Amino acid sequence: MADALLQIEGLSKRFGGVVASDAIALSVPPGELHAIIGPNGAGKTTLIGQLAGEIAPDAGRIRFADRDVTGLPIFRRSQLGLARSFQITSLFLDFTAIENVALAVQAHAGHSFRFWRPARDEAELREPARAALMRAGLAHRADALVANLSHGEHRQLEIAVALATSPRMLLLDEPMAGMGPEESARMVKTLRELKRELTILLIEHDMEAVFALADRITVLVYGRIIASGTPEAIRANAEVRQAYLGEQEARHG
Amino acid sequence: MTARLSPRNAFVAVVIAILALVPVYAEATGNTFMVSLFTRIVILAIAAVSLNLIMGFGGMVSFGHAVYLGIGGYAVGILAKEGINSGLLQWPLAVAASALFALAVGALSLRTRGVYFIMITLAFAQMVYYVAIGLDRYGGDDGMTIYKRSQFGGLIDLSNKMTFYYLCLALLLASVYVVWRLVHSRFGMVIQGARSNERRMRAIGFPTYRYKLLSFVFAGMLCGLAGALLANHTDFISPALMHWTRSGDLIVMAVLGGMGTVFGPVIGAVALLVLEEVLSGITEYWQIILGPLFLLVVLFARGGIDGLLAGVRRG
Repeated sequence: MADALLQIEGLSKRFGGVVASDAIALSVPPGELHAIIGPNGAGKTTLIGQLAGEIAPDAGRIRFADRDVTGLPIFRRSQLGLARSFQITSLFLDFTAIENVALAVQAHAGHSFRFWRPARDEAELREPARAALMRAGLAHRADALVANLSHGEHRQLEIAVALATSPRMLLLDEPMAGMGPEESARMVKTLRELKRELTILLIEHDMEAVFALADRITVLVYGRIIASGTPEAIRANAEVRQAYLGEQEARHG
Repeated sequence: MTARLSPRNAFVAVVIAILALVPVYAEATGNTFMVSLFTRIVILAIAAVSLNLIMGFGGMVSFGHAVYLGIGGYAVGILAKEGINSGLLQWPLAVAASALFALAVGALSLRTRGVYFIMITLAFAQMVYYVAIGLDRYGGDDGMTIYKRSQFGGLIDLSNKMTFYYLCLALLLASVYVVWRLVHSRFGMVIQGARSNERRMRAIGFPTYRYKLLSFVFAGMLCGLAGALLANHTDFISPALMHWTRSGDLIVMAVLGGMGTVFGPVIGAVALLVLEEVLSGITEYWQIILGPLFLLVVLFARGGIDGLLAGVRRG
């Protein structure tokens, strides 16, 4: 598939005896919301880590926007338009919400060897930051200190920060982790709007959200892809039911 | 961000006014020692302000910052010994040598973090300290007297104590202003972001290393200038200029006054050195009093003296 925005081939990573990624091959065409599900320890976060550039794979290639990015450092991938959000909230706690987002805007507004003008007064940084907050549904909390925001608001801010880097693709690591039903519903709504403009790779445990949002779903178990297809196909797949969904349903039931 | 008459701004204004009036008071009372003491305070305050740029704002705890006092001081001393007395050569060289050294140290040490960063900066400073001890031509262990202060072609006479004090004070205020502009600029935002969460900074697309390195070099240059001033003030250089305990003193000044606020280290330098002076007049064991005081600040006033006055917001 030559038109894929993100293409992964034979991606492998071991940590000692544990195989976290086992020859993963995946391609995500532009505009798709692709969800990756799998039980705990399936290697989902390791996969995102390799895509974002934090973890170096042992083997395999990652192509993004027709470029081999396998060896590129994190900040270069971000500059190419690959943005990630973190599973565990990872923000600048001693900054305000808008300062967090403005910093992400600044990262993509040329170099920052500018030493004199107060950055907080620059409309060039503030306006896009405000817009990103708005898209993530957090405009009303712009001037709140991040340490004072609620958990759900942190997750929304994570999205706003990722958006502010004007990405072509979002890598979202469990954006709904630890959220109540109401907050989850708001996040689903936000993601549904974003998916119209952006390609998204979503890791999520909330099955309701995944099946509501995803165009395609890939199921990862012990670092290996056991199935990949439309939500309907995944729902009907016997192996998946046994390995993952069945287990969950059993737990719920 | 704009100037308001908060208790803190008022306090800063009072400190600046006191610093400005020291020579007037000394003249009136005939206490010339006071000018000398405060010249020292103002010079070390410049060093503390420079350290605070990387430590308070950038989160880089350099435990070898006094090395730049040494490099700046020796640049002046060595040139003076070789018969080059022009400040227009001495001072830029002091700053340039500090920049080069900071570039080398920073390039290596900024690849590490935490305790390793502290240890590497300390190790490099100790290296220079022992090199200075080995410089027999320039006094070795005993140090060397500088017979002529830096000359500025009759433009300004550094041998005049008042003139020299006001020059140092002007340079301190200029340093505070420049650092203040710096930390609020785009560059400063990157430095502060890297302190707060470096992993995130890289994820949003910043090559943080080069920004941290430049701030490290800039802090070294500013401290190198303080070193050139200190050599002129004491008319003397010795390895003690850059002894590791002095690096510790600079950290104490920044912490005591308030890390992460631009003016904090100035307050810290005044507080520490005045206390040292007063307490050592009362008892030989003045450190027994100073130690617990410092402990109290660290335990109960995390923002330092400045933080007590301002609440905790950085800026």
